[in-house]
Amino acid sequence: MLDKVIFYFFAAIAVGSALLMITRRSAVHSAIFLTTTLLATAGIFLQLRAEFLFIVQIILYVGGIMVLFIFVIMLVNLDVAAQQIQYSRQKWVALALALALAGQVGAMLWRAGKLPGQGLLVRGVPAAESLPPNAEAVARSLFGPYMLSFEIASLLLLVAMIGAVVMAKKKV
Amino acid sequence: MTDIINILRQHSFLVIALVKCGLLLFILLTVLAYLSLFERKVLAHIQSRWGPYRVGPHGLLQPLADGLKFLFKEDPMPAGVDRFVFLLAPFLSLALALTSLAVIPFGPQPLRFSILGTQYETSLGIVDLNIGLLVLFAITALGVYGVALAGWASNSKYPLLGGLRSSAQMMSYELALTMSVVGVILMAGSFNLREIVTAQEGRMFFGLLPRWNVIAGPFPQIIGFFCYFVAAIAETNRAPFDLPEAESELVAGFNTEYASFKFAMFFMGEYANMITVSCLATIMFFGGWTSPFPSAWSWTHFIPSALLAVLGVLLLIDGIRYETILGKLVLPGVGTALCALSALLLFFAPVNNYIQGPFWFLLKVFIFIFFYVWMRGTLPRFRYDQLMAIGWKILLPLSIANVLLTSLGILKWGLR
Repeated sequence: MLDKVIFYFFAAIAVGSALLMITRRSAVHSAIFLTTTLLATAGIFLQLRAEFLFIVQIILYVGGIMVLFIFVIMLVNLDVAAQQIQYSRQKWVALALALALAGQVGAMLWRAGKLPGQGLLVRGVPAAESLPPNAEAVARSLFGPYMLSFEIASLLLLVAMIGAVVMAKKKV
Repeated sequence: MTDIINILRQHSFLVIALVKCGLLLFILLTVLAYLSLFERKVLAHIQSRWGPYRVGPHGLLQPLADGLKFLFKEDPMPAGVDRFVFLLAPFLSLALALTSLAVIPFGPQPLRFSILGTQYETSLGIVDLNIGLLVLFAITALGVYGVALAGWASNSKYPLLGGLRSSAQMMSYELALTMSVVGVILMAGSFNLREIVTAQEGRMFFGLLPRWNVIAGPFPQIIGFFCYFVAAIAETNRAPFDLPEAESELVAGFNTEYASFKFAMFFMGEYANMITVSCLATIMFFGGWTSPFPSAWSWTHFIPSALLAVLGVLLLIDGIRYETILGKLVLPGVGTALCALSALLLFFAPVNNYIQGPFWFLLKVFIFIFFYVWMRGTLPRFRYDQLMAIGWKILLPLSIANVLLTSLGILKWGLR
């Protein structure tokens, strides 16, 4: 019962602030609502007892990436941006694509029998004490079976970082 | 009536947690208010002044007067501000700063008490999280928002510059801050703050020294502590790294346009952050609530009551000679109360044993806070490029080297 309440609470916040994010004119407001969406998603991770994922989501996305977003937005001249047309002129294409995607997801949920009324995916989770420590479990799978993909991802990030440094250096 | 009691009993965990939150909040807000007086007094004495002296004996009622002034001052909303974000920013600053105190454990033993014949047990500290350290860092990372958004929402050039500076500063030093504690995490093998302290219990060098992380272990964390402390000062925007509010360049930095209680919220947030950072330094590098003396020296258990007695007697003597009538009444009263408290501790051994942990913890935190104020009184402000150079070229490499050396040490000699 409590699990469901918590899930719907965070889900409502996530969906609501995602909607607000794409409808606000001010870029800083959009960024704030994106932050709220990310925080609410983190809340759902916590409801699933994935505490490590929860905290990493907050530290990296909310505390790192979004701060950089806001940092950049603060430097942009917002008055110009606010006068431009908010949405591009491909409304109908976008609507058709969105409907197609919604239909796909709906069909998949229908086949799995997970639509509202059929038992939505709110999982009853075991008590936190009975689960192994989260951080260790994540570390074991990262440095065990997924070692190669983990290293590839880190290499990619390293290349991106060096690239950014080189590009910033050239202008000076 | 009995129904209500039954419901309360069933959800005793929630009720106790709420009561603890309320208590901590009350104590914390009082401490924050008096911390500002403490800072002004210490700064004044460093500069050979008296500091606040007029409101109450020794200026002891100054925080109260300041609080009232903050509450009743006009609260102007400058033209052209973004209302929503302008209001959100100070709220975020204060709320996040207060939240971070919730994961700090203050003492070793749980508190046992009974109400209406039922036994309850609760730990000192609000929650005991497996990921306590990470939660603290997450909240610190979110702290940037308050400052950055305040700078942007004010729609004014000085706050914007201050906000930009401080978000750049906080982002840069967050890296060093997080890297500097990895050594401690490696040595404790846990993110749980309570377990990090427990890992530092015990003695070394024939029982002469405590096994605190800063001096003990496979690789003493002295470098880690240095990096942590410097980065923490920068992260909390305190002198000598208080560039976001460099008044000679930026008027008052990100909070220039804020007045009355909204300004007070930023102010309290800064002090609360200072307390959190000091608590964390105590927990991670200085053994939390463990005593610096061997447990065989039972006389060290009387240090708290001795300290209280000395303070009480000093207050008594000073109070009798005080100039104003109010001071003559209040100061000796407080002094007598402190002496009585000290006697109480002497005669009730269980109570005395119980407060040992919290006493050492709070004493260490106090020493760190004194350091903070001391540094503000002595060191000049850094230049902006110097600040960035220290963060990226000195602290970050040093803390990464610390992680490498610590893991090598653990590989070579094992944990202890």
